[in-house]
Amino acid sequence: MQLITPPQASRRSFLGTTGSLSAVAVAMLAGQEALAQGMGADVSKDVGILNVALGLEHEAINAYQLGAASGLLQKPVLDVAVQFQSQHKGHRDALIATINKLGGKPVAEKTLDEYAKALNAGSLKSQADVLDLAARLELGATNAYLGVIPAFGNRDLAKVAGRLAADETMHYTVLTSALGRPLPTAALSFGA
Amino acid sequence: MRREPARPWLAGLAALCLAAWAATGQAQSVERGRQLYEARCSACHSVDANRVGPLHRGVLGRRAGSVPGYDYSPALAASGQVWTEARLKAWLKDPEALIPGQKMGYRLDEARDRDDVVAYLATLK
Repeated sequence: MQLITPPQASRRSFLGTTGSLSAVAVAMLAGQEALAQGMGADVSKDVGILNVALGLEHEAINAYQLGAASGLLQKPVLDVAVQFQSQHKGHRDALIATINKLGGKPVAEKTLDEYAKALNAGSLKSQADVLDLAARLELGATNAYLGVIPAFGNRDLAKVAGRLAADETMHYTVLTSALGRPLPTAALSFGA
Repeated sequence: MRREPARPWLAGLAALCLAAWAATGQAQSVERGRQLYEARCSACHSVDANRVGPLHRGVLGRRAGSVPGYDYSPALAASGQVWTEARLKAWLKDPEALIPGQKMGYRLDEARDRDDVVAYLATLK
């Protein structure tokens, strides 16, 4: 099975490229120690939302893995998929760091086979199929992140959700373009 | 003044038209709900597979927290509630208000959106 290995394979260099979000996420939580000690109801709720987000990131990482392993992606699309997967790994690392900082327990990643079954990976027969799946996941993630912003008790975490949504929107836009589909014509089409 | 004779067939036609109009409206609601589901729910949910959220086929009438193989929050698993249309709409409006301690942070703010998504969910038998 072909593995997606980001060009910057080491954790240090990987974090170097995606570290802006990780650093921000962790730094903003530096002031949350008191909350983390007691894990009040609001913090517990925030951790729950962050864990749902982490579940999305685990799934996205594995979806791109399945796409690459399928052998259906050709360069330069494969390179873009690798890049997007590395960004999802950056999201994952930031979320895990944040959940740990808040005193929560990060949700575990499932096996690749479990993701393959849940995403019906066996139905992928072409590069367009893979891109379509990725685009649907990215659009869903964009809307999910935008949708949970009001639910956060912590405004800094809401900002992180907004930044995650921005990355997912970028992915969705590129994938849509690669599929030759038109961009949304209406304003405010995301999160609605 | 001469009165028109009663025309039962006219009333029947009107009833048929009303029924057709209602069926069309329901179909439009289901289709709009399907589109909303795809755009707003499918990040976490699928019809036939547990993902970040539990699968949705058969959700109407199902006991909350009962899909095999899905790791529910303790609050939802212990809620003992059954998913009626009204309860699904209340859930989509504010999950935390319905079942405190659950883990879904997403909601649908517009009543029409909730109605249409629930209309679609009701078709997943």
